[in-house]
Amino acid sequence: MARMKFLCDAERCIECNSCVTACKNEHEVPWGVNRRRVVTINDGVPGERSMSVACMHCSDAPCIAVCPTNVIYQTEEGVVLHDKDGCIGCGYCFYACPFGAPQFPNGPAAFGARGKMDKCTFCAGGPEENGSQAELEKYGRNRLAEGKLPLCAEMCSTKALLGGDATEISDIFRDRVLRRGKGVEAWGWMTAYGKEKEGAK
Amino acid sequence: MKARIPYVIAAVCAATLLAGCGERPQVGKLEQGRYAGKADTRPWEGGTFKGDKGAWEQAERNRVRAQNEYKRVE
Repeated sequence: MARMKFLCDAERCIECNSCVTACKNEHEVPWGVNRRRVVTINDGVPGERSMSVACMHCSDAPCIAVCPTNVIYQTEEGVVLHDKDGCIGCGYCFYACPFGAPQFPNGPAAFGARGKMDKCTFCAGGPEENGSQAELEKYGRNRLAEGKLPLCAEMCSTKALLGGDATEISDIFRDRVLRRGKGVEAWGWMTAYGKEKEGAK
Repeated sequence: MKARIPYVIAAVCAATLLAGCGERPQVGKLEQGRYAGKADTRPWEGGTFKGDKGAWEQAERNRVRAQNEYKRVE
């Protein structure tokens, strides 16, 4: 097993937000915290592109480098996780992250109050006993320990979002790109209805 | 026997007071670049796979491959 990664196929993402909904429901994520979100570029313009974005579980994660209490770590599978018990909610990881993955619940306090950092766990829980109630409450469900993949990827209606072993999902994506072609061949009439058969006229 | 009682009380009181000096440091020991949080268990340890890493990897591989719909429809 290599490294766990997400891969979002911008040609397929239809901005349905099912990944966002699946994540929020599976982990009982509170209001104001989005571990995953869909970003659309040129919204409403023909040829718009959407991407589902969460923690990218970087190989050399900047959040790990800047954490002043050293409570962010990387597992053997390359998943970046953190220990909420030691988190002081400083927000350095949020400044360091190029994807805005670390999230901070506001809570009942006035503005400016930060809770403990919350982020995508690749459905791998956190530093608590696998499948325990404490793990569920702090980090969400540990699907990896159940032999499953992140729910956002498994729920994706168009299979735009792939998750799992990097080499395996690269193979799937490569196969897909070779089959569908590129540019105007990738979407439009021909892709939807197929090429006109010879002699059909 | 009665003469010893004050000494015993004094010894107990001294032990109780000195127990306060045995306070553990409450600040986490931080080492630059080293994870300082709780240790985590690996996904194949515990409940479902009971330490069988091979079975866990196979389960993950099957799930990943199921994401390729070309393979499912062909």
